[in-house]
Amino acid sequence: MRGDAVTAVAEDIAVPAAEAAPPKAARGVAYYPGCSLHGTSPEFDESLRAVVEALGIPVAEIPDWNCCGASSGHTTDHLLGVALPARNLALAEAQGFDRVLAPCAACYNRLASARLAVAEEDGLAERMPEILGRPFRNTVEVFNAVQLLHEHGPLIEEKVAASLAEPNPLHGVKLAAYYGCLLVRPPEISGGDDPEQPMQMDDIINACGADDVDWNMKVECCGGAFSVSRTSSVVRLGRSIIEDARRNGAEAIVVACPLCHSNLDLRQKAMTTRGEQPLPILFITQVVGLALGLPAETLGLGRHFVATEPLIKDLVARAAVRVEEEKRLQAEAEAKAAARAAKRAEAEKAKAAEAGGAAAPAGATRPEAAPGAGGDA
Amino acid sequence: MTSSTPNLATEIEAATGVNPATCYQCGKCSAGCPMASESDLRPHQVMRRVMYGSRERALQDESIWLCLTCETCSARCPNGCDPARVIDAVREIAHEEGMAQMPRNIGAFHKAFLEQIRTNGRLHEMGLVMDYKLKTGDLMKDVTNAPGMFARGKLNLRPDKIEGVTEIKRIFEQCGVTP
Repeated sequence: MRGDAVTAVAEDIAVPAAEAAPPKAARGVAYYPGCSLHGTSPEFDESLRAVVEALGIPVAEIPDWNCCGASSGHTTDHLLGVALPARNLALAEAQGFDRVLAPCAACYNRLASARLAVAEEDGLAERMPEILGRPFRNTVEVFNAVQLLHEHGPLIEEKVAASLAEPNPLHGVKLAAYYGCLLVRPPEISGGDDPEQPMQMDDIINACGADDVDWNMKVECCGGAFSVSRTSSVVRLGRSIIEDARRNGAEAIVVACPLCHSNLDLRQKAMTTRGEQPLPILFITQVVGLALGLPAETLGLGRHFVATEPLIKDLVARAAVRVEEEKRLQAEAEAKAAARAAKRAEAEKAKAAEAGGAAAPAGATRPEAAPGAGGDA
Repeated sequence: MTSSTPNLATEIEAATGVNPATCYQCGKCSAGCPMASESDLRPHQVMRRVMYGSRERALQDESIWLCLTCETCSARCPNGCDPARVIDAVREIAHEEGMAQMPRNIGAFHKAFLEQIRTNGRLHEMGLVMDYKLKTGDLMKDVTNAPGMFARGKLNLRPDKIEGVTEIKRIFEQCGVTP
């Protein structure tokens, strides 16, 4: 049963808007941060905002967005798991957006799955406006931070190459791209990437000048929502992910999901048993930000449990050594070229002098010719 | 074949569009399941039990609540059976019929989570963890992490309540969900 207040609100919102024409198109993309980016992973929000600004992509946060319900919503009730994210799609639609950016992999998964369910399941599209108390035409496309950055791969590459002020600290660093579940499963929402061997994040890593790592645990589950309620499972799953990344030479793991991040970062201490160096866990937006020369503080790199500072210091030092080495090699090459040029000039000078001095019998006096062999000219 | 009434397989097919009988028990789902080592029933066994087992035995199993909804099983099923969706549906039916044998902690977490959304429209992690602790009695859980999270700006003291919270309550009512 619906209470009076609920009905009143629903009519308030639904009636005028339902009669109105479709909203005017809005510029840029709607931004759905989700609870984690406002709560436990503010660095994902900070680094994303900094990177889209640097790349010149306009984003606008959806006003009054609500939690998508991941994962308790759809685990409890299928319809609730569709309706909660659908309200956010309806809000973005009402503002005239045709794309919603949902950086959190769990939110992305729920929003994209809701869009898919409404499009495919019988009767759901007709029921949705009644359930939401809002008009909803399911016209908004959902995409995540990896897809956004992948679309802008060439621009990132160009900007990284053009920023000459500081050497790129990421050059040659080995990064393991970890996708987990929610970016690639179900395959219908993986945005064209291979659900078993996705490469979009690897491509972004390479566009940043770093090297992607070929490893085995890219799409394994980190234990996601059991972080609090069954921590032992999360530690078991996370340990195998971190060990495999390390075995394959990764210097850090790159993620695009706040759940993966907090499981691998906050709980890494419990996963490391043999006193190995901890492996920093970076958001893909932080990686791009570093390559674009944005300061670590702006990217929220100080907010992690596994300190990122030692890695970044090391990378900066390596970049400086690399620049020195490049300078030295260049100077050496220049010196060699100069010496060669000088030698050539000298030889030519000598040749000219000799040619001038022995003007008389033509073929007889080539300096290198043995005495008496001049006749062959 | 012995099947109790109402037939669980038919019910699930009606709810999900997946016919559990199309599962030919290859076990590929279970090979990739991250929780297989901790579960009594692996995904292909859940599929089998839904098809042939007694209704009670399928609905009262704990394993369905250990599912992380990672969807590896469904992505790899060579016959398009979607075990993840079937497990979701089994959980829903078990819940509706009061047969859910959910591990206490996991149930408390879902309940606390949904209560957060229903009251605030957004998740307040601190409120969620507090509520979870009260529900489970596990008061010391992750206490040592709290100062670190707070220092890193990862814990909000106050909930972030949205204006359209009545709309959220409406959605819960329309879906027939009371946390």
